[in-house]
Parts: sequence; structure tokens; C-alpha cells
Amino acid sequence: MNKELKDSIPTDSEVILGILNNSESVLKRMYVAYFPMILQLIINNNGTADDAKDIYQEAVIILYNKIKAGDFELSSKLKTFIYSICRRLWLKRLSHMSRFGGDIRDFQEHMHVEDEVEKQNDMDIQFSKMESALQLLGEPCKTIMEDFYIHNLSMQDICERFGYTNADNAKTQKYKCLQRLKKLFFQQK
Amino acid sequence: MNEYKLQEEIERYLNGEMSPEELKEFELLRKESTAIDAKITEHQDFIKLLKQYSDRLALENRLNAIHDEIDVHTLADELMVHPSWVVQLWRNHHSKISVAASVAIFAILSIMFLTGKMTSQDSQYIALRQEVGNLKNKTDKINQKLTQNGRAERFKNTERFSGTGFAITSSGLIATNYHVINGADSVYVQNAAGKSFKAKVLYTEPQNDIAILKIVDTSFRNLGAIPYTIKKAESDLAESVYTYGYPQDSPVFNEGRVTSAVGLNGDSLDYQISIPINAGNSGSPLMDSRGNVVGIIQAKQTQLEGVHFAVKSSYLLSAIHNIPADSLTRKINLNTKNTLAGLTRVQQVKKLNNYVFIVKVYQ
Repeated sequence: MNKELKDSIPTDSEVILGILNNSESVLKRMYVAYFPMILQLIINNNGTADDAKDIYQEAVIILYNKIKAGDFELSSKLKTFIYSICRRLWLKRLSHMSRFGGDIRDFQEHMHVEDEVEKQNDMDIQFSKMESALQLLGEPCKTIMEDFYIHNLSMQDICERFGYTNADNAKTQKYKCLQRLKKLFFQQK
Repeated sequence: MNEYKLQEEIERYLNGEMSPEELKEFELLRKESTAIDAKITEHQDFIKLLKQYSDRLALENRLNAIHDEIDVHTLADELMVHPSWVVQLWRNHHSKISVAASVAIFAILSIMFLTGKMTSQDSQYIALRQEVGNLKNKTDKINQKLTQNGRAERFKNTERFSGTGFAITSSGLIATNYHVINGADSVYVQNAAGKSFKAKVLYTEPQNDIAILKIVDTSFRNLGAIPYTIKKAESDLAESVYTYGYPQDSPVFNEGRVTSAVGLNGDSLDYQISIPINAGNSGSPLMDSRGNVVGIIQAKQTQLEGVHFAVKSSYLLSAIHNIPADSLTRKINLNTKNTLAGLTRVQQVKKLNNYVFIVKVYQ
């Protein structure tokens, strides 16, 4: 964390543009700029620094996805948005752990963000299903799936990487893997 | 068309790898069969989810990388809302504080118990019999070794305590404190000339801390007329009083005043007096200015300087009265003629000299 980064809080529109353009430095400046605020919120409300990291990253992901999806309207300050999301997430987690005493110590103004949090929650459920499905799938299927569908490698490349005698064998293998992955995914409740 | 083939086709369709003719054909197929259409949508969604999932993982990794550069620990210290130092001290060290407190309470209780603070008010007294320390004990033992077998027996008993006593009859009855002779194997009294006489404990009243000794030594001669009388009435506050006793080997004179008609915690047995007294003074007579015995020096209070107590003389009189007749060879005739009254203090003390004894106790 050099001084320059620390000192320059990016403007809200800078952040939006930066994220849309996949700018690593803007993301970093934004992250560094608002983390202390969330750390303050969490550690003064029965949380640890690790809790703060989890909650903050969740909020950043929500913001990130919202901007990427193009439906982010700057109706309030970005700071307030992040703070509100984190506050909401933390309240949820506190009541989940039944550590919530009914009173939260606030450090910023905040707004209602229940919808965003709920949407994110649905997504998270899907992702955790996918994660455990991939886990259960095992190797080499997992890597084949990732190479083909995520990294967009060609069947030929996969064939070479895994030492299949020809592309057709690799294709058959990929097909079987996909079917198993789908089965594992949809089996979960 | 089998499942495998269909899957192949779907992927090519979705990836836009089909030729225009194939595309046309496949879209027709999709329109005709809802099953195929559903399969295509499902696959599309699934692959999308897979991609989003991996995007999420990548983003999380990026954020973690950024996070690792932040010095969270220092930041957390700065941002923590610090409660007052007392609360903080308690939060950080409450277990240690609790343990320390319990230990302290336990220690205080055990000290109170050991020093007898919890038992009764008597504990606030220092009984004023002089403890002649271990040193003397040791010297005696060394003496014992040095002397011959035959003579060694003389040193068998060791003098442990000494107090003061004063004659109440010319025939050798001595009044002192019960605590002075309590637990004694043998008692000796020593006069101002340094001559010791064997005495026996004739009568005790432990509740009033009074003991009457009788000199039984064959070498004892009659003391002659006792110069003082024992006062029946209670002394008044602020009356000038003095004492004469043996806190050390030579007699010590001290004077003061009656400061209270009651002793410790309102005990009507005692006077409170302002005479500075020391261990060994126990049993000394408390005299008023006209040479009447008004009390027996008894104790002092531990917490306060200059607060001392003397048993009232009326209790001494009643103790003398209570001595069983069969332990006496003849009736006690208390002196009724006070020959000190007209004398100066110096002359009074000179006369007292013959009638005040060191009481030595062997255990």
C-alpha cells in the first residue's frame, strides 16, 4: 500500500468507469479507500478483522457485479452504498450467529439496501452449489471443464494436455464430465 | 439423434460454429421440439453460471491480493473505539484481576483468622506480659550444657514471661493479672532488692483478668504494713493517676490520667488510661494521687497509640472477697490506713518500691 494509493480516494464516477474498463488500479484504490470504514464498523460491533474482510469483499462484489451488469445508478454516494450493504450483511450475520444484541454502533449514514443483499444471497447459493459440485466431480474432469468452458481452450489443446490419443476421445470424456457435473449440481437442494 | 450428438450440436449452435444451413436446420428443430429447446436453455444457463462462478473466484482472488497489502492490524488498532481505560483494563485482564482479587480476599481472610481478628474483641489487646525471647532460652540451654550434671537441674525451667504484681497484704498476697500467670508451671516473685520468692497461684478470676498469688517461700518475711489502700469507689474522669511496675528489670514510673470510665468496646471492667505502658507492666498497680490503688494495669489497644486499659479496683476487691476460705490459713485483713496520702509523689513511689514485685513465670 503505497502512499499515493492511500491518499487518493477515487471519485465515484471514476470507480464506475474503472470497473467497467477492468482497471485494476481503480479497484485497488477504491478497495483501500473504503476498507477502514468497514473495519471500523465491524470491529466495533462484536466482529473481528477477518469478519470485516469477508463482509467488505462481499459488498465490493455486489457493487462490482452491479456496475458490470450496467444497472448501477448513482443514487447516493458510493461510500454510503458500500457502508449500507456492509451494515446489512453484518446485521444478518450477527443475528445468524445470535450474537446480535439488538443494537449496532453506527459510524456513517446509511440507506435501505435489502434488495441488493437478497439478490446477492440467491447468487451465492448457486455459486456454493457449483463449488461443491466441482469439488465432488474430482480430477481430471474438473480441469477439463474449467479449461473448456472457462478458459475457452480448444478440444485439441485439451487433448494434448491430458494425453488423449485423439480429439474424439477427449470430446467423449468432456461430454461424460459435463453430464456428471450437471447431475451433481442439480441433485443438490 | 443420441444424447451425445445432441449435446455436440447444442454447443456448436451456442458457440456459433454452425454453417448457415446447419443453423437453419437446427433452429427449425428447436422450434419443433420443446424438449430440445429446454435442453438448449438449460445448457446455456448452466455454462453461464459456471462462467460467473469462475469470474467470482477470479474477482475474489484479486480482492484478496489487494487486501493482503493492507496493514489490517494497525488499522484495526486505530479504528477501535476505545472505551475508558478502566473498562479496557477489565476486558483485557478480567480473568487475571478476578484471580488476584480472590487471592487477596483469601489472604486477608486467612490473616484475619490467623491473627485472631475474627474471633473476639480480646484479640485487640496485647497482653502485656513480657515475653522473654528465645535468645534467653538458648543461653540457658548453653549454660545447662556448661554446668555439671548435678547443677543442671536448676536451669531446667526457663523463664518465659514476666509481669508485675503488688502486695495486698503484709503476709504475702500478691495481686496481678490472670494472663500473666496463665499456663504457668511455677511462679516466682522478685522484690526490688532482687530477691526471688516462690509463689503459688491462690485464686484466679479469668473473666476479670485477676489473679491472687501467695508467697510460699520459707525465706519470706512479713512485708510490714501496706502503705496504700484499695479504693472501693470508681475514679473520676481526668483524675491524675500513675503506675509503678517492671516492664524491664528495674522499676519504671509512669503517669497519666483516667481518660474513660469504660474500656474497649464499652467494657465496664476497665478504665481507659493515658499512661504509656509496655509489655511487663501487666499487673502493675494503678495509683491515684492520694496513694489509693484504683486499678491493675492490664492491656493496650493495638490500633491506637496511647490507649491503655486497667482493671478497676472494685473487681480486685470482689476477687479478694471471693477467695475460698479453705485456701487461706487465716482471714485476709486488708489495710485500711493509707499512709501515702499526705506524701509527695516522689516519697509515695519510694514507699511503693517495697511492695511491687516482678512476677516471673516458668512454663
